[in-house]
Amino acid sequence: MDIPFLIAIFPQVLLDGLILGFMYALIALGYTMVYGVLEFINFAHSEIFVIGAFVGVEILLGLRGLGVLDSLPPFLVLVLLLVAGMAASGLLAVTVERVAYRPLRGAPRLIPLISAIGVSFFLQDAIRLVESVWRNAFNLVYPTMDQLNLRFQVTETIDVSVKSLVVIISALLMLWALHLLVNRTKVGKAIRAVAEDQATASLMGINVNRMISLTFLIGGAMGGAAGVLFGVQYSLINPYTGFVPGIKAFTAAVLGGIGNIPGAMMGGLVLGLLEAFAGSYMSLLTGGAFGAEYKDIFAFSILILILIFRPKGLLGEVVRERT
Amino acid sequence: MGWLSTLLNRPWSAICLVVTVTGLSSFAVAHYPRSLTAFLLFQASILLLYFARMAPWLKLSLGVLTLGILMPILGTINGYYLEVATQVGIFVALALGLNIVVGLAGLLDLGYVAFYAVGAYTWAIFGSPQAGEFISDSVARFPLSGGWFFVFLFLGVTVGATAGVLLGLPVLRLRGDYLAIVTLGFGEVIRVLANNLDKPINLTNGPKGITPIVRPPLFFQPVLEALGIPASPTVLYPLYFYGLVLMIVAVVILVNRRLEDSYIGRAWEAIREDEVAAQAMGVPLVRMKLLAFACGASFAGAMGIVFSAKQVFINPESFTFLESIGVLSMVILGGMGSIPGAILGATAVTVLNLQVLKGLSLWLNELRNAGVTILGYNLANLPTQLEPAKYERMIFGIILILMMIYRPQGILPARRRVRELGGG
Repeated sequence: MDIPFLIAIFPQVLLDGLILGFMYALIALGYTMVYGVLEFINFAHSEIFVIGAFVGVEILLGLRGLGVLDSLPPFLVLVLLLVAGMAASGLLAVTVERVAYRPLRGAPRLIPLISAIGVSFFLQDAIRLVESVWRNAFNLVYPTMDQLNLRFQVTETIDVSVKSLVVIISALLMLWALHLLVNRTKVGKAIRAVAEDQATASLMGINVNRMISLTFLIGGAMGGAAGVLFGVQYSLINPYTGFVPGIKAFTAAVLGGIGNIPGAMMGGLVLGLLEAFAGSYMSLLTGGAFGAEYKDIFAFSILILILIFRPKGLLGEVVRERT
Repeated sequence: MGWLSTLLNRPWSAICLVVTVTGLSSFAVAHYPRSLTAFLLFQASILLLYFARMAPWLKLSLGVLTLGILMPILGTINGYYLEVATQVGIFVALALGLNIVVGLAGLLDLGYVAFYAVGAYTWAIFGSPQAGEFISDSVARFPLSGGWFFVFLFLGVTVGATAGVLLGLPVLRLRGDYLAIVTLGFGEVIRVLANNLDKPINLTNGPKGITPIVRPPLFFQPVLEALGIPASPTVLYPLYFYGLVLMIVAVVILVNRRLEDSYIGRAWEAIREDEVAAQAMGVPLVRMKLLAFACGASFAGAMGIVFSAKQVFINPESFTFLESIGVLSMVILGGMGSIPGAILGATAVTVLNLQVLKGLSLWLNELRNAGVTILGYNLANLPTQLEPAKYERMIFGIILILMMIYRPQGILPARRRVRELGGG
C-alpha cells in the first residue's frame, strides 16, 4: 500500500468531502425542517433541488445566448443564479405543499408519503417534458465561467479551484443566514413553536398554515441554492439527477437527527466527508476489489444502520410518534 | 352507467352482454390485429365478466374460456398481444405480492423489485454459463438443463421468502415512513450489487447482464407433432410462457384469497389498523410482519425466475426504483388490500405503459416523418426528445397523487374497509 500517496491526497479528498457535505447539508435542511413541522418525509424535495439547478442552467444559457455572459462579472451572475434558483424552488415547494400535501393533512402518515412520491415522479417527467420541448435535450451542461474555473496548484497532488471555494463560502453564508432567521427572529420563533406543538402555537395567535408554507418556502429555497451550487460544481444535470443526492441528503438529515436543524448541517458534512473518503480510499485499501462505485451503497448502509440502531440520530431528540 | 349495472345484475342479460362483448371484441381483434381499441375492448369484456352477476361456476368457466383459449388464439394472430398479456400476468403476480405487504399488512415497501431481482438472478446465474465463472467444471456443468427450471421455480419462492425475512428481521421495528425509506435503500443496494459484482468474483456479470438464459423444455412438442400439428419453438414459447404465467397467477390468486380470510390475513389487517391494539389482542407482531414480507417476496421471487427465462437476457436496469414504484402505483390504483383491485391496477398500468404510451410515440413519429402542418407548425420540427413512451414516471406520479387525494381506497376497494388508509 502506498501510504505516502494516501497522505498526499488527503487534503484534496477533504476539500471534495467538504463541498459534497455542504451540498448535502443545504438539501438536508429542507427534509429536516419539513419533518420537524409536519413529521412527514417530503419525498419530492429532491426535485425541488433539481428545479434550482435547471433554473440556473437556463439563466446561464439565456445569458450566453444574448452574448453577455462573458462581459458580466461572474460573482454577480452567481448571485443572480442563486436568487433565481432559490425563488423558483421555494415557490415550487410552497405550491406542492398547497396542492398535494395540505388536502391530506391529518390523514394516516403513509398517505402523504405516497402522495409525495407521486409528486417526485411527476415533477421529474414534467421537467423532462419541458426541457425536451424547449431545448430538445435530456442532459444539460452548465456553461463555464472562466474566472470561476481558475485553479490554484497548491502542491503536486492538490489543486483548488475558485468555484469550489465559492461553493463552500456561499453554503456557509446561507447556513448562517438560516441560523439567524430561525433563532433570532420572531418568524423563526413562530416556526419553532409550530414544530413543537401546532395546537398551542395556534392558540398563541400563530397562523399555523402560513408558518407551514413558510417552512416549505425556506426549505425549498435552501434546496434551490444547493441545486445551483451543484450545477456550478459538477456541470452535468438531467431531470433525474435529484434522486441520489436527495436520498443521501435525507440520510444526512436522519444522521443528524431528523427535525434538528444543526443536526442536518452536521449530518451533511459527516456524510459528505465519509463518502469522499470512502470513494477515494476504498479502492486503494482493498486493492481494487471494491471501488468508488460502492459509495452509494455506503451511504445507504449508513442510513439503514442509523435507522436501526439510533433512529434519533447523532444530535436528535426523540420524536413522539403520532398515531 | 346505471343501465350497465342494471344489465349486469340480471343473470340472463348479464350472460348475453358478456358473451356478446367478448365475441365481438375477439372478432374485431382477429380482423384488425393492429387496432388498439379492439384489444382494449377485449380487456373490458373480462372486466364486465368480473362485475356480471352469474353463478360462480359459469363465471369461472367463462373466464377460463376467455383467458385460456380465446387469448392464446388471438395471440397467435398478433404476437404482440400475447406479449402484453404475459407482461400483464407477471405484473398481476407482483402487484398481488406487494398487495399483501402494503395493502394487508400496511407496511410500505419501496424496494419490492429487489425480491424480483433476487429471483431473476437466481435462475439467470445457474441457467446460463455464468455460474461456470465461480464453480469449477468438476462440480457441475453450466448452464443447467431446462428441466431444472421447475426446480428453480420452487427455489425462487424459497429464495424470495428468505430475502424477505432477512430484510424484515432488522427493519420491522421501524415506524412506517422509516421502513419505507429503508426498503428503498435495500432495493438500491441490491441493484448496485448486481451492477458491480462482476469483480472480485464474477457473480452477476455487472452492467452487461447475463445471457443466454436457458428456457424450460417444450415437453409437449412431441405430442403436438404426433397429433400432426407442426409447431416451431418461436411460436410455442410465447404461448408456453403465457400459459405458465397464467397458471402461476391463478395459484397466486388462490393463495391470496385463502390468506385474506385466514387467521393470518386477519392478523395482518389488525396490524394495519392499529398495531398497539393488535398486539394487545395477542397478535404476534414481529412474526406476522415477517410472514407478510416473506409471502410478498416469495411471489416476486417466483416471478423473477419466470421473467429471466422468458427474457433470455437480464441486466440490473430491469430492477430499478422505477419498477418498484410502478408496482406500488398498480396496487394503489386498484385499491390497497383488494385482490381484484390489484389485478385491475396491474392490467391498467401495464396496458397504459406498453400500449397507450407506445402507441402515442409511434403516432407522433409517423406525424413527424410525414411532416404534416398543423396551424402553420410543421410537425417535422417536433423535438426528437419528445417521446411519450418514456414518460412512465409522469403516469405513476399522477396516479399516486390523484388516488391519494381523491380516492385513497382505490378503484375497486377491499370489502373490509381500509380504515387506516383513509376509508373513514
